[in-house]
Amino acid sequence: MNEQLTHMTKEVTAGKLTRREFMGKAAALGVSAAMASTMFADAARAAGPKKGGDLKFGLQGGESTNSLDPATYASSVPFQNGKQFGDTLVEVAPDGSIEPRLAESVEGSADAKVWTFKLRQGVEFHNGKTMTSEDVLKTMERHSNEDSKSGALGIMKGIESMKADGDNFQVTLTEPNADLPYLMADYHLIVQPDGGMDNPGAGIGTGPYQLEVDEPGVRHVFKKFANHWSDYGNFDSVEVVVINDATARTAALQSGQVHAINRVEPKVADLLSRAPNLTVHSTAGRGHYVFIMHCDTAPFDNNELRTALKYAINREELVDKVLRGYGSVGNDMPINAAYPLFDETIEQREFSIEKAAEHYKNSGHDGSPIILRVADGAFPGAVDAAALFQQTAAQAGIPLEIKREPNDGYWSEVWNVQPFCASYWGGRPVQDQMYSTAYLSTADWNDTRFKVQAFDDLLFDARAELDPEKRKVIYSQMGRMVRDEGGLICPMFNDFVEGISNQLDGWETDPTQEMMNGQISRKMWFV
Amino acid sequence: MHPIIKLVSQRLALGFLLLFGASALIFGLTEALPGDAAQAVLGQSATPEALANLREEMGLNRPALTRYFEWLGGIVQGDLGQSLTNKLDIAESIGKRLGNTLFLASVAAVVSVPLAIFLGLLAVRFQNRWPDKLISAITLTTVSVPEFLIGYVLIYFISVKLGWFSSLAMVNDSMSFGQKLYAVALPAFVLTLVVLAQMMRMTRAAILNLMQSAYIETAELKGLSTFQVIARHAFPNAISPIVNVVMLNLAYLVVGVVVVEVVFVYPGMGQYLVDAVTKRDVPVVLACGVVFAAVYIGLNMVADIVSILANPRLRHPK
Repeated sequence: MNEQLTHMTKEVTAGKLTRREFMGKAAALGVSAAMASTMFADAARAAGPKKGGDLKFGLQGGESTNSLDPATYASSVPFQNGKQFGDTLVEVAPDGSIEPRLAESVEGSADAKVWTFKLRQGVEFHNGKTMTSEDVLKTMERHSNEDSKSGALGIMKGIESMKADGDNFQVTLTEPNADLPYLMADYHLIVQPDGGMDNPGAGIGTGPYQLEVDEPGVRHVFKKFANHWSDYGNFDSVEVVVINDATARTAALQSGQVHAINRVEPKVADLLSRAPNLTVHSTAGRGHYVFIMHCDTAPFDNNELRTALKYAINREELVDKVLRGYGSVGNDMPINAAYPLFDETIEQREFSIEKAAEHYKNSGHDGSPIILRVADGAFPGAVDAAALFQQTAAQAGIPLEIKREPNDGYWSEVWNVQPFCASYWGGRPVQDQMYSTAYLSTADWNDTRFKVQAFDDLLFDARAELDPEKRKVIYSQMGRMVRDEGGLICPMFNDFVEGISNQLDGWETDPTQEMMNGQISRKMWFV
Repeated sequence: MHPIIKLVSQRLALGFLLLFGASALIFGLTEALPGDAAQAVLGQSATPEALANLREEMGLNRPALTRYFEWLGGIVQGDLGQSLTNKLDIAESIGKRLGNTLFLASVAAVVSVPLAIFLGLLAVRFQNRWPDKLISAITLTTVSVPEFLIGYVLIYFISVKLGWFSSLAMVNDSMSFGQKLYAVALPAFVLTLVVLAQMMRMTRAAILNLMQSAYIETAELKGLSTFQVIARHAFPNAISPIVNVVMLNLAYLVVGVVVVEVVFVYPGMGQYLVDAVTKRDVPVVLACGVVFAAVYIGLNMVADIVSILANPRLRHPK
């Protein structure tokens, strides 16, 4: 029997046996259906990517107000659309390194101030034109000039000048920044013909799929672009269907009407994963749910009190109850193992009532209630998380009072305004960007009012340092500073929880963004 | 002038005045919401510089009144303008969405209206006996359960477990009429369950009311069967209240089904309007609001006119 089975799996690998035929023959040999199914999948995987088929996404995060203009992307569906029709100069690889796309190579000057991207030749836009360094320059200008309305404007700020020079595109920075290639991998920075100056919403790029139907808030259809420059893209067409309702989304996946969905609710993820025709993937990302204290406002200007609160939160319990296990514990710094150059040796802060009580006593707080502001919209389960926090804090004798705020206006009236509230961060591709966005003294979004000169100096040192080992040491030092002196209580990092049909193969764990960083249509294939 | 033509033209003029009032009200309320389209589009990634640039491009820096009258000037010329957020032509986007909404509403109406009236008549015929009680019990149950729950239950059993119908009621231009009907089967069924009860109960109540009248007794005494009495003598006199409640439910089918649209991922007007409100896309909100108001006003006008035509005393005023 074994010989026959081996022969059959070889035939599958060679593409000579269909699933139906294989299952039939395996059943005749007395192999159980579940066993045969696994064997078939293994054999088919060995065969490598297959071309063809129509891929359908069912995604949360699309509105009828969406545009295809990359400058406007702020939610999941536009992000996914951009990945279909467009390419950036470089992309962040699943292992956190920089992967070439429209740029064949990137080179930085010794002082990390001048960066040269050598562009790939013979790349064709969907409108038939060939990409030039002028197109790249115009694209970057559109996202960074004074008329820019781009969501990427914030990350383009440190650029002094840019120039197109034959096959090269060159960026000169005002300050050194060793992470510039990561900034250029931002999903807004899709290269468009003439930089998209004339018609940014046309959906014309260099990606593996070209736009066919654009119905914002309903669906977007793309078909394979014959003259695409890379091997990416195994499907004949890709359809992005907007399904904002969580139950409708899971039903569509279960009944096989779509092949991949995002944002599976943690509370149904276990149940859903029992369905035979799909797999629930949980990917540790960089997003985190937090409680933030203003380091410059009483009573939180007292580091003993901040430390007491950090010890008083039961991280394991929160991951267990709020995330239902689909996440990992945080360590009061915004960085976790999903970031490049993360130092694994930083000690994890554990829940300890004794230490919390001790630090609380040292703080000399007068015992008046400490007000924690929270709303459902701060992060899914924020109100429950605050209630759990309140209970464990009470055990340490810390009087926490929860004040519920309305969702509407939470981000303008409470977050970054009130001294102690719940919030979330989506994470950034590199540590520098995360720290520059929210922990630099002068950052617009320094929502913990963490203003430490020594920390700022380290941040700039790290930018100018090109040796990864030395940078890792600096980042480790910075992480410890935020962890021990900052105003951030970071109990948990949430996972991306996604449902993928078993008809698809080639899944990779990619922490950069949700849905395999938008690479499913490029890298996966139908079994 | 014939009194009916006069009446219709009066009603039409009044309708346009109402539409104008509605648009002013909607504009005022949308302006009163916190934030604007530029903030909503940029969200968390907004920098002051990008905000200012986007406001400039969207023309949000100009006074509110100027923007309203510009919009009004456009609409009297039949131009609904462009969406602030994605620059698409509103008339074109609304055209598709409205078509979808009307299609779903019509399918639901074609099933539910005759069914409701027939069940109402049946309930009267067997008043206080088991068919009457059964009909009332079922319709009142379905109207009391939230529509999203009915939707989810149907999706779970009919699409996920049995696989008979698609849980995604996606329709598009390349589909044939039959395919479209198949696609909207589940949402149309849910809507039917939702609107059935009110129309059925109204039919029953209106006719029962008349059944106490002296002329019904006469008809019974001259030997007509109960069903003949209902169909020939009671029903024509009950048309006015029935038409009113039918029109009310038709209007609901057009303007009030956003929950069903979301559950079945149906590309109708409701979701379009909700998205536009969250993004403060004022021209789209106004356009949707005016279309909805027009549907409401139009259907109510039809109800009034039908009541008048059905009543000889109103048809020939002294």
